[in-house]
Amino acid sequence: MEDPSLSHADPEAVLVGEKQIEGRSLSQIAWGKLRRDKVALAGGAFIVFLILVAILAPLIVKITGGPPNAYHEDLLSPYIPNIPAGDFGGMSWRHPMGLETVSGRDIFSRVLYGARISLLIAILATMLSVAIGTTVGIIAGFFGGWVDAILSRIMDMFLAFPLLVFAIALSGVFPDKAFGFSGLPLRLGLLIFVIGFFNWPYIGRIVRGQTISLREREYVEAARSLGARRPYILFTELLPNLLAPILVYSTLIIPTNILFEAALSFLGVGIPPPTASWGGMLADAVTFYTVPHFMFWPGLAIFATVLAFNLFGDGLRDAFDPRGR
Amino acid sequence: MTTSETEPTPAVDTTTTPRHASRTPDRERENLLEVEDLVKHFPIKGGFLSGSKSAVQAVDGVSFTVRRGETFSIVGESGCGKSTTARLITRLLEPTAGKVTFEGKDITHLSDGRMRPLRRDIQMIFQDPYSSLNPRHTVGKIVGAPYKLQGVEPEGGRKKAVQALLQTVGLSPEHYNRYPHEFSGGQRQRIGIARTLALKPRLIVADEPVSALDVSIQAQVVNLLEDLQQELDLTYVMIAHDLSVVRHVSDRVAVMYLGKIVEIGDRDDLYDRPRHPYTVAMLSAVPVPDTKRRHQRERIRLQGDVPSPINPPTACRFHTRCWKAQEICRTEEPLLLQIGTGAESGHQVACHFPEEPSGPAGIPG
Repeated sequence: MEDPSLSHADPEAVLVGEKQIEGRSLSQIAWGKLRRDKVALAGGAFIVFLILVAILAPLIVKITGGPPNAYHEDLLSPYIPNIPAGDFGGMSWRHPMGLETVSGRDIFSRVLYGARISLLIAILATMLSVAIGTTVGIIAGFFGGWVDAILSRIMDMFLAFPLLVFAIALSGVFPDKAFGFSGLPLRLGLLIFVIGFFNWPYIGRIVRGQTISLREREYVEAARSLGARRPYILFTELLPNLLAPILVYSTLIIPTNILFEAALSFLGVGIPPPTASWGGMLADAVTFYTVPHFMFWPGLAIFATVLAFNLFGDGLRDAFDPRGR
Repeated sequence: MTTSETEPTPAVDTTTTPRHASRTPDRERENLLEVEDLVKHFPIKGGFLSGSKSAVQAVDGVSFTVRRGETFSIVGESGCGKSTTARLITRLLEPTAGKVTFEGKDITHLSDGRMRPLRRDIQMIFQDPYSSLNPRHTVGKIVGAPYKLQGVEPEGGRKKAVQALLQTVGLSPEHYNRYPHEFSGGQRQRIGIARTLALKPRLIVADEPVSALDVSIQAQVVNLLEDLQQELDLTYVMIAHDLSVVRHVSDRVAVMYLGKIVEIGDRDDLYDRPRHPYTVAMLSAVPVPDTKRRHQRERIRLQGDVPSPINPPTACRFHTRCWKAQEICRTEEPLLLQIGTGAESGHQVACHFPEEPSGPAGIPG
């Protein structure tokens, strides 16, 4: 719980010799713990690396294999139809991950551009979920009573929703032009909305539970006994205590959303070709299971990214865990 | 604080004499707080669709008055409604029925907005120092919150005022920027006390202020409260489940059982001449530090558990566990009536068969 040297000390003794010691806040302590957690740090470093690579993708591919949608049919095998020439799927310095079958597109470029799509959708969808979930969760937990009852049932309904079936059906019937958007931006918006809007109850439930538990703390009563109004209690007493769990669970929802986006693209209802996406690449690769490299690289990208987010999220949770203090 | 604070407990003998001398002439002091027939029932809800079926009768008709400058203690076991009473007085809970009058003003059903200015005068110390301080706020922010919430700008600025308060409760002004988790339980409780003092209240309701603390720290905090009372002319309503803790700070004591007051009396009357069987049993449970004298008194063990406040026993609520209970206790509720005469005229008890003044128990010494 606390520093053992402090816990039973005479108050006088504690006062001696500590003139200008700044207090360490809970966030500072959590950061200190996270810094010692090498596994979580490795996950975090990979995430930072991935985000940088995704942002710099257009520059990187200029040095390596060129744009993600450039065809290199000349590099396909002259003997076996549709298969890239050379070992390991045409691996070379110019094409470090080899080439796709049929089209000969550079896999490295496509994996980089796929990272952009994956991260963009996963992070924006998570932000949408967190925004809705936090708002609804706080309202349900703070006000309780029938407000809580209604909001909780709505959350249950959303959780019972057959999301995958809905997403497949929606992408089938959705027009090519809507809300002033068309093509890829519209598709991205649709995916972000579907993934983000139907996943908010997971955050909502956690925030609701935390709010209910915090609402009954005596410091909230203390604030009320001093004449605090509701906004003060909500934003000054409760919200700072909710930020840590919200941050932790957001980090853990991002990999779920990455997987979901990949699944939708794999099923052909996510990002439409020719835009590169990890799920779409896997779908293309399934037909050519005899050329395993095609499947390997996007699969590895998904695996490593999801693992990194999960490790980092777990580390974050451990660091913020009050029992570990 | 002074050295007396680090000494464990001999305060019982050292402090009673001067305090007692000053107490008697204050008999006729005006009432600061009057509580009449206060009732709080918590409805038990079945859920979203089903309506309320029954209610927890947490406080069921409690009346007492608190005089300016005194320490009034409410004692009872867990679940007897004493903490609920504290929250009704401070209007953290809305009373179901009854009346709370503070300085002649009826505050029973004041709206939040009209209650707000009055909150400067009525402050509360909480039981659990680990939960009563927001872990994400610095000590300065916690102790300074009263100024912010009441829009008060103290002379010389908030920071200076907060640091002065920290010194008042025996902490260092340098603790201003530290966080609650860096303090021990006793120090945390001091921070909580500093917060209640910020607005210079008249009445402080202390809800088990020391029960979460180590025994060695309890005396320090109790002594601090006592010193502050004399310095700042405070009135206390002290809630406790431990009779021995409040003994040396209380002027008057009320004993609660299952939402009702069973006995009220001046401190010495109640401790030396308990009348209600429940009080007698409670006093007999207080450990005696002297092993030689331990055998001299009878230990009364109550049978069974406290009945549920959802469905309390009829008439006298104590009859299910009372060794003196007779038929009338099951059918007719005993009223809280004056039992003493003369100097003991403040002694009231709610029992059909009160103990004789020279009762079997009481804390020896």
